[in-house]
Amino acid sequence: MGEDPLMRTGKVSFGGILKEVNLACVPEVKIGDYVIVHAGLAISILDEEEAARTLEYLQQIEEMGQSTQGSA
Amino acid sequence: MKFIDEYRDAVAAKRYAEAIARATTRPWTIMEVCGGQTHAIVKFGVDMLLPSAITLIHGPGCPVCVTPVEMLDKAIEVASRPEVIFCSFGDMLRVPGSTRDLLAVKAAGGDVRIVYSPLDAVRIAREHPDRQVVFFAVGFETTAPANAMAVVHARRQGLTNFSMLVSHVLVPPAMEAILASPGNRVQSFLAAGHVCTVMGTTEYEPIARMYRVPIVVTGFEPVDILQGIFMCVRQLEEGRAEVENQYTRSVRREGNQPAVRLIRQVFRVCPRKWRGIGEIPRSGLGLAEAYADFDAEDRFGVADRTADESPDCRSGLVLQGVMKPPECPAFGTRCTPEHPLGATMVSSEGACAAYYHYRRERLPEALPVTEP
Repeated sequence: MGEDPLMRTGKVSFGGILKEVNLACVPEVKIGDYVIVHAGLAISILDEEEAARTLEYLQQIEEMGQSTQGSA
Repeated sequence: MKFIDEYRDAVAAKRYAEAIARATTRPWTIMEVCGGQTHAIVKFGVDMLLPSAITLIHGPGCPVCVTPVEMLDKAIEVASRPEVIFCSFGDMLRVPGSTRDLLAVKAAGGDVRIVYSPLDAVRIAREHPDRQVVFFAVGFETTAPANAMAVVHARRQGLTNFSMLVSHVLVPPAMEAILASPGNRVQSFLAAGHVCTVMGTTEYEPIARMYRVPIVVTGFEPVDILQGIFMCVRQLEEGRAEVENQYTRSVRREGNQPAVRLIRQVFRVCPRKWRGIGEIPRSGLGLAEAYADFDAEDRFGVADRTADESPDCRSGLVLQGVMKPPECPAFGTRCTPEHPLGATMVSSEGACAAYYHYRRERLPEALPVTEP
């Protein structure tokens, strides 16, 4: 990782294949984070809590659907 | 792989399809404007899981596909010059210009190189100070930060042999053009998750309000897309028209601020011609005045070139969601990925390519090739 923030790079594993990626747009990134990379530039850090919440949404709408059906 | 496999879970997909069916009481038409989503929908058969009342239509979500013919002609003219090393993402090479494509330039001895990142083109410029290195900067907002970064790097390194042929497009103005067109059928949008990762979601709020359309920012895996469709349907059924975010693991309302600042520093908003749609005001990015010396159109004197699109290719109708690829008479016969009539058959994000790769076996036998 270089000193100039615009030149900051890091190694990202794409399913096992390592690539050098520019990290200037994700200044808070830490080793071990999952990032989305587009055209050689990391554009976001994936949020684990939000990822889990997205998977829980299905259960919520199903429970909601059942309670609506139950009260109808 | 983590963050991917769990969003491809077939059981979850089926449960979502059932939830959508329960929530749907009337016919609704939803458009996605992202080539990545188009491919996921066709590849995983997401559309086939939906109740018949829900129609998905594929919008102009592939930047390669909406690049106008004249921009291809400019690229071909610049790439043909002996002093030029022309760098591009791979899927531009087979896109036909008026008379030939970039691959034909390469075959004729032109130095055309496929790069993974615009930063690779900057490195090539540094390694070849005696040559002119041109990068073909095509893309939506997602690609704009990387391309802006390349220009900033080139300036910092004092490179005078690097320039960009810029054909950047912006998604929200295209959505507005579709909604404002008299034949519009779109009642709700899945907005592109990675475009919004960069730009955030605020610019969609006035569109949702003004046109009364629900807009759901959505990811790229089948479960993401099904959840996005469910959220669209629920808003439509409840009479709401809001911007909602399904892809919260990557998209924040304010977007990626360092990336947005970079785009604003290097680019300016400009009118842009879209293949198959025509010119849309304020729908593109060009280099800002402070970076105008990196503009390949000026450097090589090609700014004034114009060209008409091939009448054989119906991609304009496909890009507007009026026609599905298999409805085109040339689909899979006179037009294939090896011999495309238009960009939608070539690009890894093009709708015609998606149907060709994943749905051909469901189509009638290909007809023998005949010249018109």
